[in-house]
Amino acid sequence: MKQILIQDTNGNLRKELRDFHVALTTQLRDWGLADAAQVVTVADIGIYQKGIVAKVLPEGFVYVGLEVKHVPEIIEKTIQHGEKIASLAFEKKNKQLRLVLRNCGRIDPENFNDYVANDGYQGLVKALEMGPERVIEEMKKSGLRGRGGAGFPTWMKWNITRAVPGEVKYIICNGDEGDPGAYMDRSVLEGDPNSVIEGLMIGGLAIGASQGVFYIRAEYPLAIERIQKAINECYARGLLGQNILGSNFNFDIEIRLGAGAFVCGEETALISSVEGLRGYPRPRPPFPSVRGLWEKPTAINNVETLATVPYILFHGGEAFGKIGIEGSTGTKVFALTGKVRNSGLVEVPMGITLREVVFDIGGGVLNNRAIKAIQTGGPSGGVIPEQFFDTPIGYESLQKLGSIMGSGGMIVLDENDCMVDISKFYLGFCVDESCGKCAPCRIGGTQMLAILKRISDGKGVDDDLKKLNEIAMAMQKASLCGLGQTAPNPVLSTLKYFEAEYKAHVVDKKCASGKCVKLVSYSIIKDKCTGCGMCGRVCPAIAITGSRADKYSINTEKCVSCGQCFDVCKFGAVVRQ
Amino acid sequence: MVVETLVEDVFKVVERWKDKRGNLIMVLHDVQDRYGYVPREAALEVSRQLDVPLARIYEVLTFYNYFKLTPPGKFNISVCLGTACYLKGAPALIDEIRHLLHVEEGQTTKDGLFHLQIVRCLGCCGLAPVITVKHKVYSAVKRGDVAKIIAEHSSQKVEA
Repeated sequence: MKQILIQDTNGNLRKELRDFHVALTTQLRDWGLADAAQVVTVADIGIYQKGIVAKVLPEGFVYVGLEVKHVPEIIEKTIQHGEKIASLAFEKKNKQLRLVLRNCGRIDPENFNDYVANDGYQGLVKALEMGPERVIEEMKKSGLRGRGGAGFPTWMKWNITRAVPGEVKYIICNGDEGDPGAYMDRSVLEGDPNSVIEGLMIGGLAIGASQGVFYIRAEYPLAIERIQKAINECYARGLLGQNILGSNFNFDIEIRLGAGAFVCGEETALISSVEGLRGYPRPRPPFPSVRGLWEKPTAINNVETLATVPYILFHGGEAFGKIGIEGSTGTKVFALTGKVRNSGLVEVPMGITLREVVFDIGGGVLNNRAIKAIQTGGPSGGVIPEQFFDTPIGYESLQKLGSIMGSGGMIVLDENDCMVDISKFYLGFCVDESCGKCAPCRIGGTQMLAILKRISDGKGVDDDLKKLNEIAMAMQKASLCGLGQTAPNPVLSTLKYFEAEYKAHVVDKKCASGKCVKLVSYSIIKDKCTGCGMCGRVCPAIAITGSRADKYSINTEKCVSCGQCFDVCKFGAVVRQ
Repeated sequence: MVVETLVEDVFKVVERWKDKRGNLIMVLHDVQDRYGYVPREAALEVSRQLDVPLARIYEVLTFYNYFKLTPPGKFNISVCLGTACYLKGAPALIDEIRHLLHVEEGQTTKDGLFHLQIVRCLGCCGLAPVITVKHKVYSAVKRGDVAKIIAEHSSQKVEA
């Protein structure tokens, strides 16, 4: 028996959907096929803005843009004969390209042989044959840039570290993924630990280090467990230790744990933390490439970068360099979250547009609301409004828009999100995580946050926006490390694109989205109220009273502006001002 | 807190790490794994055995969020306040927990049962908003679910 799944359109095309459903069931009966196919309405098939969508099982054909007139054809061809109707079929173009996540979800991460069977450690074998100079040459051809955020060319980092004289050198894998809203590093560490280890070994070979360190957040216990297990397997098989694979390359790896400090993602702070100290950043220069861990030359690479390295060595730098666009080659993993329909990790070639990522892969905005902006780069990044969604993704192109690539958080904001609230959230995060060593970050951040709080409380003054800009500028110029230098970015970019919204808060004392609770008030329109009492039941402050006959009303003195009555009212009787 | 095996416990940890440079954070991680937090007695013992001044140990302990100086509750409620969770309504969940348990962030209920912790991104933003209680992950939590989640765990206590 076949099943025909029809996607519920959530209120749109209601009549068309009903007509189609009725036509399908009645005609199936007329054809005497009522028992041959079951018609089911399902919540979601995953295709949107294509009219009525149906899926036929077990074949898995997906038809879009359906109308009543298509019913006979579907019954005859597909239900009776199991044929696909090409003119109705929806062919999903796969816009993702999985290089970093090539093994995630496909192999058993705890099974060493699974990784080896999927070209595992072949990149290392090639690297050993090629020798350090040619490995760096290959990396140069690939054009790979650091995936941790700043986008420094990986080959250059390795080349500089290699050129610094010294017997002892270190290479560190930065797995201190602290950006709220990004989790690609965790996925790779947990899903394909050996690829990161292989990348670290190749990096070690290239710079002439015989000691590698994994610095991983303690909050990721499974990642730690799997990396440790993979390291043990490597030792047992002679892939780590002395004379690896019969060569004269020696390499050891140990794990060090982070302990919940965002600033430790900054490379000099990370080094302090590995040394067992407070995670304070140090002035640069000297850069870690010259004087890093225990004062020795040190290369620090991000998890995603290292996971890409074996792929580049195995398939060649040139092949990798052809993916993506000039200046930003290869692929990038994004954590697509927020108000998007399909949230999750996506890996796309550079040069794809933001619109394609959010709408074609992500399926658009949740609940069909209007999109307001996309936030990239986490607390160091900025927002990008809709008019720029057709920009191809690359390090420079995002920077031009006032945001950054960052570690790959991509958060969709809809019309219900308040920009003042968003920048307050990100800045609050940075103030919380500021280590306090340098004054611009410690004091500047706190002052900016105080101004933002004032604005969202309705006590903003005319001067505030100018002041925000001034302090931001000082922080960018004078802070010691990346945290302080980039902390004002979310504020600056929201100010740049959504100044009117700030002004509405400061001058009119209004928050259109209702997020700034002190600026909104709720009331109930008597004529629309049906007296159902739902609002009264959810009110945590017991501010809503009434009855079915008298209707309900809000006592503004008791009201805490939580907005729960607004959300729960089905009749539009609760209004926000 | 007095644990009879304290000296041996710390000795075992120190034995494992003493030859490694920059081992302090790792030693403290192991101590916290053992006790659930870093008791002052243990910090003193680490200071003695590692020959590191106590001030250096507290310098590290107080810098990093992960280290706890007071005993955690029996059930640790961690509410994620990463960006995705924030946008999808985590602040309302925190309000609800505060309201139900009468605790502020970082506090434990008087009966020592629940501890409210706010964390920055648990790394599962696709499931936002997320709450974890003793390693159990609750995804797409709504305000109305909070009471149920708490009840689920307080009833466990009665059974035990």
